[in-house]
Amino acid sequence: MTANAAATTLPKTSPLQNLHQALGARMMDFHGWMLPLQYTGILDEHWAVRRAAGLFDISHMGQIEVRGGEARTFLQGLLTNDLHRLIDGGSLYTAMCNEQGGILDDLFVFGLSATRFLLIVNAATQEQDYRWLVSHHQGAVEILHRHHHAALALQGPRAAAILKAVTGNGPKLAHHAVTEVTFQGIPLVVSRTGYTGEDGFEVFGPAPGIVECWRGLLQAGETAGLRPAGLGSRDTLRLEVGYLLYGQDADPRRTPLEASLGWVVKWEKGEFLGRSALAAQRQRGVKERLAGFQLLERGIPRSGCRLLMHDQPIGVVTSGTFSPCLQRGIGMGYVPASLATPGTTLAVEIHGRPHPAEIASLPLYRRPT
Amino acid sequence: MPTVSLETLRFAKTHEWIRLAGSQGTIGITDHAQHEVTDVVYVELPPLGKTVKQGDECLTIESVKAAFSIYAPVAGNVVQVNSRLLKEPGLINQSPYEDGWIVTLEVENPEELADLMTHEQYQTFITTGM
Repeated sequence: MTANAAATTLPKTSPLQNLHQALGARMMDFHGWMLPLQYTGILDEHWAVRRAAGLFDISHMGQIEVRGGEARTFLQGLLTNDLHRLIDGGSLYTAMCNEQGGILDDLFVFGLSATRFLLIVNAATQEQDYRWLVSHHQGAVEILHRHHHAALALQGPRAAAILKAVTGNGPKLAHHAVTEVTFQGIPLVVSRTGYTGEDGFEVFGPAPGIVECWRGLLQAGETAGLRPAGLGSRDTLRLEVGYLLYGQDADPRRTPLEASLGWVVKWEKGEFLGRSALAAQRQRGVKERLAGFQLLERGIPRSGCRLLMHDQPIGVVTSGTFSPCLQRGIGMGYVPASLATPGTTLAVEIHGRPHPAEIASLPLYRRPT
Repeated sequence: MPTVSLETLRFAKTHEWIRLAGSQGTIGITDHAQHEVTDVVYVELPPLGKTVKQGDECLTIESVKAAFSIYAPVAGNVVQVNSRLLKEPGLINQSPYEDGWIVTLEVENPEELADLMTHEQYQTFITTGM
């Protein structure tokens, strides 16, 4: 048996590391972080999140606080979404672009107050994001990289009930709302956000607070079917609902217009970094778009597989997996914009053989209502 | 299938096991390997009659995470495949030495088994890499 070798770099560890080991987690290196790939199994954990709830260690996510009287104006100039839409206690998903309109990162901005914003950025990009912010620093703004903070995500249809069991009445958070709480004397940020397509919460803060929160939630959720869940299921869950993974599905060579993130580019907001390049691209027309697809026969697309039409290469798979909910291979990739229409048939080259597939609208999986 | 004594199996460095019964050898992957692979979701079984040399790729299995090649621990030709795996690929994870067997070969040269490890040697191999 052989497989692709895993990347080897000196890994950073989460403050939850010992708890993961006690739970029998199998660890993996994710962009320099040692994190659980799985505890009992990727499929088990996937179903736990879809049917009950799962608890993820997301301590690798970068947490950058930007504060000061001119913080909003500063961020408005660097992000593609409109910060004036961000209310106190709200959150905003956005892209951050370079001058050429290339995506530097996709991130959430939490509005803690009119002058305090928490940026939740990708693990692999946090250092360069921080440097980018600092290098564009302007006005009365302070930028703090919360290196020692940790985070967890509680996701699934029973997430709200489990959180309530731990916090008593707890914060009543609307979807995408954010609040600051004190848990056992430690200040934490709680948001009703996630990366799975399910209802759920993410909690950010100093490591000791996250460790206590993790313990409390796992204990309180046991009877409700809460399971610790690893990065394996995090990936299958996010792909089913069409969320991008930065570094795979988006990078500086792609613009938000190509990466199906046009909806977070707000033209009416005024000037922002990358705007003129994006406006020019919009005028010219976008040549390639990120599209979701599903296989019509057995087979699992993997990132790097070629996408073919009439035996001609038209693109490459950026993310692919087996969808437990759809019981078939699914993925995303960039294809010519004219072909990025649901129903278009194409083929994915897997182990050297074309497998029939069709472009499907995202999300590929929708939670039954 | 009766409970398998691991002492009767022989192991390849590529994490396959083989159990010889007469001239036929049944092949699967080890418990250690199924952990590494994670949940198997597809098994691409070889056609009956396929001939393989020792160390040849015999078939592939796919997990959520990746595709894995399974190699023939000895030379032979495929006389039986575990078709239950088409519907229940997870048997490889749940029962790697019994219900999760993959193929049976008509073994060409039983002396090739001498190139393989005993269970004890395999345990040492996966803990020390030697």
